[in-house]
Amino acid sequence: MLSSEIEQPVITVEDTELAATADIQDAVDDKTRILPAIEFRDVHLSFDGKKILNGVSFTVRRGETKIILGRSGGGKSTTIRLVLGLLKPDSGQILIDGEDITHYTEEEMMSVRQKIGMVFQEGALFDSLSVYENVAYRLIEQGVDEATCEKEVRRMLRFVDMEDAIDKMPSELSGGMRRRVGIARALVGDPTIVMFDEPTAGLDPPTARTICELAIKLRDLEDVSSIFVTHEMNNLEYLSSEYATVNDEGEVVYEMEGKNLCLINTEVIMLRDGQIIFSGKDEQLRKAEDPYIGKFIRGK
Amino acid sequence: MNPLKSFLLQLQEISLLIWQSFAGLFRRPRYLGETIKQMDLIGVGSLPIVLLTGFFTGGVLILQTFPTLQYYSIQNEAGRSVATSLVRELGPVLTALMVSGRIGSAISAELGSMVVSQQIDAMRALGTDPIRKLVAPRLMALIFMLPILTVAADIFGIIGGGTIASSLFNQDTNVFITSVRNGITTEDLIGGIIKPLFFGLIIGSVACHKGLSTTGGTVGVGRSTTSAVVLSSIVVIIFDFFLSKAIQSIFDVGRI
Repeated sequence: MLSSEIEQPVITVEDTELAATADIQDAVDDKTRILPAIEFRDVHLSFDGKKILNGVSFTVRRGETKIILGRSGGGKSTTIRLVLGLLKPDSGQILIDGEDITHYTEEEMMSVRQKIGMVFQEGALFDSLSVYENVAYRLIEQGVDEATCEKEVRRMLRFVDMEDAIDKMPSELSGGMRRRVGIARALVGDPTIVMFDEPTAGLDPPTARTICELAIKLRDLEDVSSIFVTHEMNNLEYLSSEYATVNDEGEVVYEMEGKNLCLINTEVIMLRDGQIIFSGKDEQLRKAEDPYIGKFIRGK
Repeated sequence: MNPLKSFLLQLQEISLLIWQSFAGLFRRPRYLGETIKQMDLIGVGSLPIVLLTGFFTGGVLILQTFPTLQYYSIQNEAGRSVATSLVRELGPVLTALMVSGRIGSAISAELGSMVVSQQIDAMRALGTDPIRKLVAPRLMALIFMLPILTVAADIFGIIGGGTIASSLFNQDTNVFITSVRNGITTEDLIGGIIKPLFFGLIIGSVACHKGLSTTGGTVGVGRSTTSAVVLSSIVVIIFDFFLSKAIQSIFDVGRI
């Protein structure tokens, strides 16, 4: 995965079409694609008597991005912490690639976490480690040799356009740069599922846009399933109306879905007080008559 | 939650943390490099303050006891009094308190900051067990280094006592050294080494537990740090009493 980012060969239209046909055929033949990447079944969770999640059920298909919207404290971040097993639900089931992880021990969760990448709100980079050591963290822990580590780290940093910062310490980076390094770290090991926990919070619009582009690129070019937690409507706009493709020069470009195309790999969930009050496409969300949703979208 | 329930819950969590740390030592990956780094930070880093504390404690012991011993004409036993006090009690306890202040607070603040900035969550998300990666090396380093620091404090305490005895009270150095040699028994030395092993465990486990259970942002980090130092110091002092009693019973140490 992400091999398209190592070198940028000249790709002809014929090559692209042939590759696309082969990919589609492989995808059809792959029986595991029928299983959702993530599935929540009637999940309940309370803290100190307060309901955080109240009967939450949803699925994330392979290659799909699920955008979770909602106010702060509505259970958005809790949802992705449950996927990673950082929290355990009071009741209900959580399945990753069809595997019920609800009652997994910390030891058992370690293998599940190998296929999940997580981008934290503030990046959550290890302060005492350099950018290189942060991104290589998972590989170093697995005992991967130095040469392979460096190659992989450089590939990931190139993916987020941060290769120049490889020797810097996290304290030398801006908020947006930290987020991008966080994304690179999350993508090491080629996870098939990536969680984004408000990755654009507090960032300027161009940097936020860059983060969204990375998420789109992962979804459309790398077939990664993801949950994108946010409360910013701009993110919803980018993720649900644009798609990434490779042009004739082999460059990644972002195009609008337009009137003739509807992205089927992005859906929206809106959480309110731990309950899903909306689930569907962004177009349906904008037409929803619920006053809470209207207020959230339009701000009034 | 009532105080008793809260105390029992904390005790349970600390016991679990210790158990998980030790259990993790027998599984891969092992963080030997991290343990050595912590040994350097804890051992070499704490050496100056521990030596200073030991030297001046020994000095002040002689300063306070020499006139009384002189009154009873047993000033030749000054070395024995300072050596037994230091080796049995003051060396282990004062070293533990100094290390608790310097290292316990640092561990708690570091882990607490990592919790509030989600670095612990990130570590778990990346497939690393924070107890094995962060807690076990610190605990091991404290258990290994505290006895060594205590021995260093004892030696410097005796040197401090000897310096004050000869410079302020004109006692012959040989008399002082002979008194020290006559005063300390092998059982004293064993007891003086066993205590810091337990104190290291107490300081490490309390500091790591307080750090990892930090809540409430940066204010919470300050709160954890303070309570880590206060709690570990109190537990060290209380535990010292029971440990002294146990050592007396087992090794027959400390009885005249």
